[in-house]
Amino acid sequence: MSALATSAATTRTHEATPHATSTGLSNVKLAVWAFLASECLLFGALISTYLLYRGRSIVGPYPHQIYDIPYTSVSSFVLLMSSLTMVLALAAVQRGDTRRMRVWLLATALLGMTFVGGQAYEFTSFVRQGLTLHTNLFGSSFFVLTGFHGAHVTIGIVMLLSLFGLSLRGKLGPENAETVELIGLYWHFVDVVWIVIFTVVYLIPS
Amino acid sequence: MTDTATQPSPSDEHPVPAEEHAHPSEWRYIQIAIALAIVTAAEVTVYYLSLAKLAMVVILLVMAVVKFSLVAAFFMHLRFDSRLFRRVFITGIALAITVYTIVLLSFGVFLTNRHVTPHVNVPSPTASQ
Repeated sequence: MSALATSAATTRTHEATPHATSTGLSNVKLAVWAFLASECLLFGALISTYLLYRGRSIVGPYPHQIYDIPYTSVSSFVLLMSSLTMVLALAAVQRGDTRRMRVWLLATALLGMTFVGGQAYEFTSFVRQGLTLHTNLFGSSFFVLTGFHGAHVTIGIVMLLSLFGLSLRGKLGPENAETVELIGLYWHFVDVVWIVIFTVVYLIPS
Repeated sequence: MTDTATQPSPSDEHPVPAEEHAHPSEWRYIQIAIALAIVTAAEVTVYYLSLAKLAMVVILLVMAVVKFSLVAAFFMHLRFDSRLFRRVFITGIALAITVYTIVLLSFGVFLTNRHVTPHVNVPSPTASQ
């Protein structure tokens, strides 16, 4: 019994002590940062392709004819605020407040779903106006770039809902704060990528 | 021999990440979110202003960099975590910017007199026979 209690106490204080690695840092966290760095190259390629094809379509519809900036601005705001709720979920789990962590995780997932739902509506609207993946260079580069980003957001939502499910089953406590932090890093990365896409694709004129 | 003697504490054997600091308070996170919302509103305002294209591009890019930095520094804790994480991430960003700037320069994307090459119909050898 005493040994079990000691083991549990050791587990709970693990986050406060340096990791048992050669760097003193979590290897998993370092791997996630390396993964995010590699993702910069993926999204860099997609954004560059969009820039390369910008203004080269010889048939419409063209970006200025179909973009709805106020609508996309609201979507961007929703995704930005999901980063706030994500970091509040992390703060809650780090101080052992499981109830608030669940609330903020669910809020983050719901905001993410709102963003993806908005993107689905936008895509549908564009298709109705005659822009598809095969219409012109703008269509192909736009749908591939924003579609890849939307897929990343969707994967993030699945991970957030998985965390929420684990929490309901009592398997997500302060000792698992790093798991929440790592998924949070992925979520914030998806957010910063959208910051770039929103500026480069939607706001900067061609 | 005690457990303590056979299992030295991690701090004895492994380096402690020296540059890690405490994460910000929840109120600071909310302040950052408000700042992000204000910059986003400013971006949309700039979009609707009748500015010269170069001025608009510069202002919008600066605002995007500010938003990116705020999220990375505070929400992703790069300002407070180990310097190694910062270096890894910045290396990825710098590599992406360098590689794709070279690619875009090679394709002449930044040329001011860029235009679409007109299509020229060249008759195929079989058509002329």
